Amino acid sequence: MQSPTIDPAKTALNYHQAHATDSHHAEHPDLRRFGLIMFLAAEGMIFLGLFGSYLAFRATMPTWPPAGTPELELLLPGVNTVILIASSFVMHNADTAIKKNDVVGMQTWLAFTAAMGGIFLVGQLYEYSHLEFGLTANLFASAFYVMTGFHGLHVFVGVSAIVAVLWRSRVTGHYSSEKHFGVEAAEIYWHFVDVVWIVLFGLLYLL
Amino acid sequence: MTQAQLQETANLPALAEEAGHRNWRDYFTFNTDHKVIGIQYLVTSFVFYCIGGVLADLVRTELRTPDSDFLNPELYNEVFTLHATIMIFLWVIPTGAGFANYLVPLMIGARDMAFPRLNAVAFWMIPPAGLLLIVSLLIGDAPEAGWTSYPPLSLVTGQVGEGIWIMSLLVLGTSSILGALNFLVTILKMRVPSMGVYQMPLFCWSMLATSALQLLATPVLASALILLAFDLLAGTTFFNPTGGGDPVVYQHMFWFYSHPAVYIMILPFFGLISEVIPIHSRKPVFGYTAIAYSSLAISFLGLIVWAHHMFTSGIPGWLRMFFMITTMIIAVPTGIKIFSWLATLWGGKLRLNSALLFAMGFVGTFVIGGISGVMLAAVPFDIHVHDTYFVVAHLHYVLFGGSVLGIFAGYYHWFPKITGRMMNEFWGRVHFALTIVGLNLTFLPMHKLGMEGMNRRIAMYDPKFTFLNEICTIGAYVLAVSTFPFIVNAIWSWMYGPKAGNNPWDALTLEWMTTSPPAIENFDELPVVATGPYDYGMGNRQTVQVPLSDEQEPVLAAGPKSILRADPDPAVAARPEDRH
Amino acid sequence: MNIPSSIWTLLIGVGLTLISLWYGQNHGLLPVAASDEAVLVDGLFNSMMTVSVGLFLLVEGVLIVSAIRYRQRPGDNTDGPPVFGNVPLEILWTALPAIIVIGISIYSFEVYNSIGGFSPHDMHEPVAQEATRMPGAAIAATLNDSPAANLNQQKSDEARQDPATASVRNDNQIPQKQNAPGMGVVAPTLGASSDREGKPPEMVVNVTGMQYAWIFTYPETGVVSGELHVPLKRETQINMTANDVIHAFWVPEFRLKQDAIPGRQTEVRFTADRVGKYSLICAELCGPYHGAMKTQVIVETQQDFDNWMTEQQASASTALNQAVAAVDRTDLSPNEFLAPYTKEMGIQSEMLQQIHSFHH
Repeated sequence: MQSPTIDPAKTALNYHQAHATDSHHAEHPDLRRFGLIMFLAAEGMIFLGLFGSYLAFRATMPTWPPAGTPELELLLPGVNTVILIASSFVMHNADTAIKKNDVVGMQTWLAFTAAMGGIFLVGQLYEYSHLEFGLTANLFASAFYVMTGFHGLHVFVGVSAIVAVLWRSRVTGHYSSEKHFGVEAAEIYWHFVDVVWIVLFGLLYLL
Repeated sequence: MTQAQLQETANLPALAEEAGHRNWRDYFTFNTDHKVIGIQYLVTSFVFYCIGGVLADLVRTELRTPDSDFLNPELYNEVFTLHATIMIFLWVIPTGAGFANYLVPLMIGARDMAFPRLNAVAFWMIPPAGLLLIVSLLIGDAPEAGWTSYPPLSLVTGQVGEGIWIMSLLVLGTSSILGALNFLVTILKMRVPSMGVYQMPLFCWSMLATSALQLLATPVLASALILLAFDLLAGTTFFNPTGGGDPVVYQHMFWFYSHPAVYIMILPFFGLISEVIPIHSRKPVFGYTAIAYSSLAISFLGLIVWAHHMFTSGIPGWLRMFFMITTMIIAVPTGIKIFSWLATLWGGKLRLNSALLFAMGFVGTFVIGGISGVMLAAVPFDIHVHDTYFVVAHLHYVLFGGSVLGIFAGYYHWFPKITGRMMNEFWGRVHFALTIVGLNLTFLPMHKLGMEGMNRRIAMYDPKFTFLNEICTIGAYVLAVSTFPFIVNAIWSWMYGPKAGNNPWDALTLEWMTTSPPAIENFDELPVVATGPYDYGMGNRQTVQVPLSDEQEPVLAAGPKSILRADPDPAVAARPEDRH
Repeated sequence: MNIPSSIWTLLIGVGLTLISLWYGQNHGLLPVAASDEAVLVDGLFNSMMTVSVGLFLLVEGVLIVSAIRYRQRPGDNTDGPPVFGNVPLEILWTALPAIIVIGISIYSFEVYNSIGGFSPHDMHEPVAQEATRMPGAAIAATLNDSPAANLNQQKSDEARQDPATASVRNDNQIPQKQNAPGMGVVAPTLGASSDREGKPPEMVVNVTGMQYAWIFTYPETGVVSGELHVPLKRETQINMTANDVIHAFWVPEFRLKQDAIPGRQTEVRFTADRVGKYSLICAELCGPYHGAMKTQVIVETQQDFDNWMTEQQASASTALNQAVAAVDRTDLSPNEFLAPYTKEMGIQSEMLQQIHSFHH
């Protein structure tokens, strides 16, 4: 249609580089953090949708959980919950460490967090395998599996993110007190997963 | 010096030396330039519009006669399901995203969106999702439970088709969420320093409102679809009464997204119209803050009206009254917009070109959809016309008479900027005339059909409705024909149209301060906002009589002296006295 | 802002008002009103129409006048006057729609109340049952407290044994709901009109929707019918549910619509006040033959109604005998065999034909 008249020098620049070298552009604050928070807001709405539907089912059913649903064991999920909540604090130490430029400290704390996340997932799978009801047993069972499963998927993504950060941190200087968005993003995400679990635990096990 | 000249002079340093012509191959690649992505969105969704239009004409051909004699009834259901799904998720919503992609960074003086790669990812989710839907029709198992896909019907009509529908919508929803996230961050964080929020063009305001809705409402559709997919594929019974589920919960979740979706489909075009009308009326937009805030109000209220789609689903009386009242209240901000546009037109110097004609057509036909919307909000009347052709008429007046006319106004208005060439005026007017005639022929009789007793989504109807249905069908054919002058005009003008120049409309917003088509990174230097976005007629204001203007009321009126506007940046302020 | 001089504004305003008032009463858009409720709804619609016409003409008028009066003259490239806003005017056009919609809301509220939308006395508490809801287990009904509902279920079960409906059902696709499950909410969506509040309905009809037919049972006599007969001027309550997917009960002349939802029972009350035959239409997409799912409502005088009822009762036993006898008649093709039943059900034989040819 039209002859290519692009200056190759210009196309080679991507926005962020150009913007860093261009004195006319005032330095934008790092937008990735803001973007991540927006994304988590959307994610939160998916969970809210699931919570809302759960509450709606609960409200319209005369008995809840439906008769015949075995009582849920509280001990294992309780321990799991404590581990997950504790991991949020552990994770925060990683962030504190990198802000002090302590890469080894960050790696240590991250490894702990990932391990705790792993324990949570294993605990969840153990619970699944010992439950007396399957996915299609009744409405409560279905909701239980879908909601905890969807959350478990998020825990898995969170653990993967932490492992990815660990993997990247083996390069010296990849993360520093100045530049550690990866650590921050993984942390924010991890806190989000944690908060969702607290609500979920309350809804499914306690309410 | 006119305001346009003032703005252009102030932005001469930012003006790139040469226009950013692209190789056509770039449009078929994973490109992170917001302008390429914008065009990708606009062209892809227009192709889907044509496909959806063919499906609509198939539906209308079937409905020309009372019997089911053109399509077999199952195919008919598949066709109208795909028509609605394609028009909503692959035409109107992506076109809004397309305009926003192209225009928002230019309007706020940014070089690109906040997350260019994410932007490209969001676009490239759309073609596969769309193809998936069309393939489902070709393999003979398309979704056939309507675009609302209410269980239990959607659980028993065909697993493959329904599965494809869910999959496709999940992908399109994700794309829409990622796009919205990008717009929000871009609009909030990437404006040039001289642009406060009250110097933003109104299109940016409307995209802000739209994106907030997309971000918050679309995920709930995702959760509904996840549960529906489990019911469909894994044998759970969330929405299936056979196992103790409740189909009404699905309706709540579905409409929690799908009513805001209506505003996601109309707000961007409210924004476009708010750009087109003042520019071609040569008058400032009337009530800038009122229009900006009404977008936000519609966006907020849009989240708490969903159950007005469920007045006959057996929800409690008090809930119906609550949703009736919230729905009615939406008429107020919408009314503010309509009256403000009318007041902008009134007393201007109207350049009645294709863009303004479509914009005025928008106001004139959208108002019918708005009025029938208020009628539908009234519970006792809604109980009569719910799920009838009255609703079909209403939604098409809003989405065709509103969104689609707005889209065409946008095409004619920004075509010179996007391609660097002007469109042919004569054929633009032919397109306008055919569209207005066709749309009213098609959709006006549907009001009466619905009230008389013709329900929607039917392949066979009572023979007493034949006459009006024939008129509707003829109108649908006129609409089909009306598209051809546009397509030919656009292609021809893109190749051979007269050169447009940088600012053919003497507009003030920043997208007109760069070359046409805009340079690769939009501006060579940071552009400045030397005048407000709509400060027309200010060049020699001392000599102009302004009888009803509120210039004397600088505090509340949205004039240039209003405190509602952000403080201008001292370095680049329009007025010398504001500069330090 | 040049507003036309006041005398013209006044004249135009008066003109608009008169046209709106006239059109609001003479739009001819609605079918005849055949129930007490319909008259109220029509009143609401007429007044909304009146306001709408005025608003519509105002907007279109301004558009057309602007297009003509304020079009750009050749050679004039100057801008229009820099008017940015006008606070009193903006307050006016914010307040006016607000007042209008509040008015409509109040009017709607009144109408909704009078047609029995709130009628809280009729709210049935969903009854907690010892329902086992493991798959495959029989589901206990929660509607046991209401004999009418029980009979409804029983009759609809019977109806499902009927060969006529069996041919249009797709049992292989939809496991038929045996009974309302635990949530079996009884939703009185339109209860007694305000003057009859607290009183039981004068007549009850149970309605079951299924793909693609309506079945009406009269609990007092046990009559099952494919058409709805109601006596004139007697308040009738419809208890409805659906067997497979969601259907909606709609009689345009009654301005009455209610979804029949599987797993729930919904109730509406109305009083027919005009003798005649009206269509009863399924208004919620229920499958490919949704458009053919319609039957008749016959509003007749009490005497005609009683005659019809007696006739039905008499023929019920003979029909049953015939049906039993007919089972042996293998010489008939399915269509011939079904003809008498489908006719009664309001199902057109062409539709059956299509089902056979299209349905796998």
